[in-house]
Amino acid sequence: MGTNCGSSAQTVCIEERQGSIVTKGKSKSHVSCGNDSLAGSVSQRACVYCGARVVLNPVTDAVHLVHGPIGCATFTWDIRGSLSSGSEMYRNSFSTDLRERDVIFGGEKKLAECIDEIVSKYRPPAIFVYSTCVVGVIGDDIIAVCKEASRVYGIDVIPVESTGFVSGNKIVGYRAAAEALLRLIRPKEGTKIKKNNTVNFLGEYNLGGEKWIVERYLREIGIEINVAFTGDSSVEALKKAPEARLNLVQCTGSMHWLASQMEKEFGIPCLDVNFFGSENIATSLRSIARFYGDDQVSKRAEELIERETSMLRPQLERYRDKLRGKRAAIYVGGAFKAMAIVRQLNELGVEVVVVGTQTGRSEEYQTLSGMLEDGTVIIDDANPAELERFLLEKKIDVMAGGVKERTLAYKLGIGFIDHNHDRKDALAGYEGALRFAREVYISACSPVWKHLRQVLPERERQ
Amino acid sequence: MLECVPKETVEHTVGKINPAKTCQPIGAMYASLGIHGCLPHSHGSQGCCAYHRMHLSRHFRDPVLATSSSFTEGTSVFGGAANLKTSIKNVFEIYNPEIMAVHTTCLSETIGDDVATMIKQSEVPEGKCVIHANTPSYKGSHVTGFSNMCKAMVTYLAQFDGGARKERVNLIPGFVNPGDMREMKRIVHDMGIDFTMFPDTTDVLDSPLTNKYEMYPKGGTTVAQIRDSGNSKMTLSLGSYSSDAAGIALQEKCGVPCVPLDIPIGVKATDDLIMALKKGFGVKVPDELTIERGQVVDTLIDTHFHYQGKRVAVFGDPDIVIPLTEFLLTMGMRPVYVLTGTPGPQFEIRINKMLDGAGITERKVKAEGDLFDLHQWIKQSPVDLLIGTSYGKYISRAEDIPLVRVGFPVLDRAVHPLMPIVGYRGCMRLIEMISNTLLERRDRDSLDEDFELVL
Repeated sequence: MGTNCGSSAQTVCIEERQGSIVTKGKSKSHVSCGNDSLAGSVSQRACVYCGARVVLNPVTDAVHLVHGPIGCATFTWDIRGSLSSGSEMYRNSFSTDLRERDVIFGGEKKLAECIDEIVSKYRPPAIFVYSTCVVGVIGDDIIAVCKEASRVYGIDVIPVESTGFVSGNKIVGYRAAAEALLRLIRPKEGTKIKKNNTVNFLGEYNLGGEKWIVERYLREIGIEINVAFTGDSSVEALKKAPEARLNLVQCTGSMHWLASQMEKEFGIPCLDVNFFGSENIATSLRSIARFYGDDQVSKRAEELIERETSMLRPQLERYRDKLRGKRAAIYVGGAFKAMAIVRQLNELGVEVVVVGTQTGRSEEYQTLSGMLEDGTVIIDDANPAELERFLLEKKIDVMAGGVKERTLAYKLGIGFIDHNHDRKDALAGYEGALRFAREVYISACSPVWKHLRQVLPERERQ
Repeated sequence: MLECVPKETVEHTVGKINPAKTCQPIGAMYASLGIHGCLPHSHGSQGCCAYHRMHLSRHFRDPVLATSSSFTEGTSVFGGAANLKTSIKNVFEIYNPEIMAVHTTCLSETIGDDVATMIKQSEVPEGKCVIHANTPSYKGSHVTGFSNMCKAMVTYLAQFDGGARKERVNLIPGFVNPGDMREMKRIVHDMGIDFTMFPDTTDVLDSPLTNKYEMYPKGGTTVAQIRDSGNSKMTLSLGSYSSDAAGIALQEKCGVPCVPLDIPIGVKATDDLIMALKKGFGVKVPDELTIERGQVVDTLIDTHFHYQGKRVAVFGDPDIVIPLTEFLLTMGMRPVYVLTGTPGPQFEIRINKMLDGAGITERKVKAEGDLFDLHQWIKQSPVDLLIGTSYGKYISRAEDIPLVRVGFPVLDRAVHPLMPIVGYRGCMRLIEMISNTLLERRDRDSLDEDFELVL
């Protein structure tokens, strides 16, 4: 096995991984997913803490205090790309910076002191306290520390139980974040919830200002967003979440559980939406209008869709001409994102021939599979060697993924679109769809690729 | 933006706010990548490995591969031995590196995994090797992790064969960019001295785009070269925090005398490196280097009025900040705030001595500090220029002070890992960056009537 692993198909012969790679039309079985990664493999996955942090971090006026050694806080310091219209508190990085002494004697006292200092400096409306691997092992009772601090200071000090090693799957961290959010928004006993006609927008993180784009659309058709979970949100706004009439769920991976809890506890129904790509936007706006059952809302939605698509279509057509016949690969965190990208690439005439995710669920892979042509490779928890193999084998022109995939794609002379934390431009809405198209074009058709395939003139002469 | 630091002095003694350091394993991973055909392995849960790869990829803009022991809840209860053994088996079967460099994480350290024993009990294929370094994240910083892995290279690999010493110098370059390592190699090469540099990330993390992906690029010090470093005539360890431990270990294990020096940033530190080589090998300093030195001095005279007397705040890794501060003093600047996140007493002692010598009395110097500290100092009494990593950009924006990006990590600027700040050429680049940043600032701030072509 594997004598020339860096650049050949040999690398995919990890037996334990066979079930995680299927070719649509050829393999009968479903993708095996949700397993722990193999020890000794190069996984692109992160950890439970990471999952919790990315979901909660966009709560802008909260202090996010990472209880653990310094690395966990450093590596998640302002990497999310979520924008704020108000407080910038969330962009600071707070850590208890556990040292050897604390690991031996316990870090609870230090955590409590840290909270004291933070409250005296900043008086934040809430503090999220994240537990990390080492905290899970030494057994600090962060719940007790948080409870006491909440009592003393009369603010929400909320434990986020995100000890990293519990799973290699970020989804477990999404759940920890959701539980923390639920704790934040649950009204005190005896409080009566006043319902209004607004929507909560779950699984929207305001990357590059995406929430603001959707907010504009909804406002135009006559619907207000109560609060987004968690993009550009504040503690006060989140606490009003139970008042909304409907929950829109965009990133299902991170927010599905919370949406179902909110349905149970506060009677708020939920609706899956997706504002990436013109087809998805239209479908989403229509289903929201249908839910409200208001003719005026429907009418305004149709007007918006018609106006925007007629503006977008000719512009997309220009890119379609350049991109027709190009082949794409996708490797992203969740299946929701993968599906949205598949649709958008198809709209551009780009054929998607490889799709993978870090945390997709079985039923999501089934839906995804339904959108793809026969022969498309579907991978769960891919390692870079596998990605490399399929990028070459399938003659990919452009890849969509996150930062770790970017450098790999470039090294292979393949264009790249960031659909993760390094992205700075909003890709939601019609303007986002156009931006996406432009990004695919400039990457797949960069003049640089021409130079890559040339040799130095001197060398040619020799 | 980020106006979250109060102006009045507030008590800040517990934990870190906006850290100026990160944890050991990322330094160990970076050092490991400087061995040819090496696959770094993170013995712990997956998140750490993913973070470190991501951070290094962002700084170097090149792929960084590393495997993980993929700890789960069971592992943290029963220990990581089974995971490490499986990892070693899988890594050699699947990825086939020459060498696997294991570093621990806070998790595997806390549960007390004895990695050395686990490696001994594992089956390692003929001709391959596995080394390890203990890198608990709750001790030291990423610089310590780098140092620990360099030391592991010596303790696992270096050998003295007992014969005559080879006319060769070992260079331990410190936690610097591949561009810096390349420049150091050029200087030693130009002096006509045979050398082994380890670790060496040139041609690994600054590798050319060739349309072909190499999992193990051509760069890196080979295992054979590290092994043979025990037969060299001398070792120069550059940077006391990142390189001395390996240099001393090599001296103790193989009897190679170690000369500790600063990373050659600035005229003095570069002079020291060249003179140590000259003395050690009795060679002449080539004209090329003498000319370069003269050019630096010429440039300093040509441009001194751009920056002389300006107040500057410097932060970053101690081995970079120490010689950099020295160079800033050579330039006539006033480093009034000097800070590192890495703990250790040497930093404050050395910086204070330098600043005493330069008569800079009103100053703040701190090891194991954070950027909240630095920001507060600047709020209380501002500076003209900030020099440090990308993380300085928050202070830069909040206080409207220009930032020159130097050190690790730089996540928001291009080309820096390829361009040296060491050697005389590095001096030129530092002068260029500092001068031009201040000049651009002057242009930007000048009123129409003061706006001039020549500055």
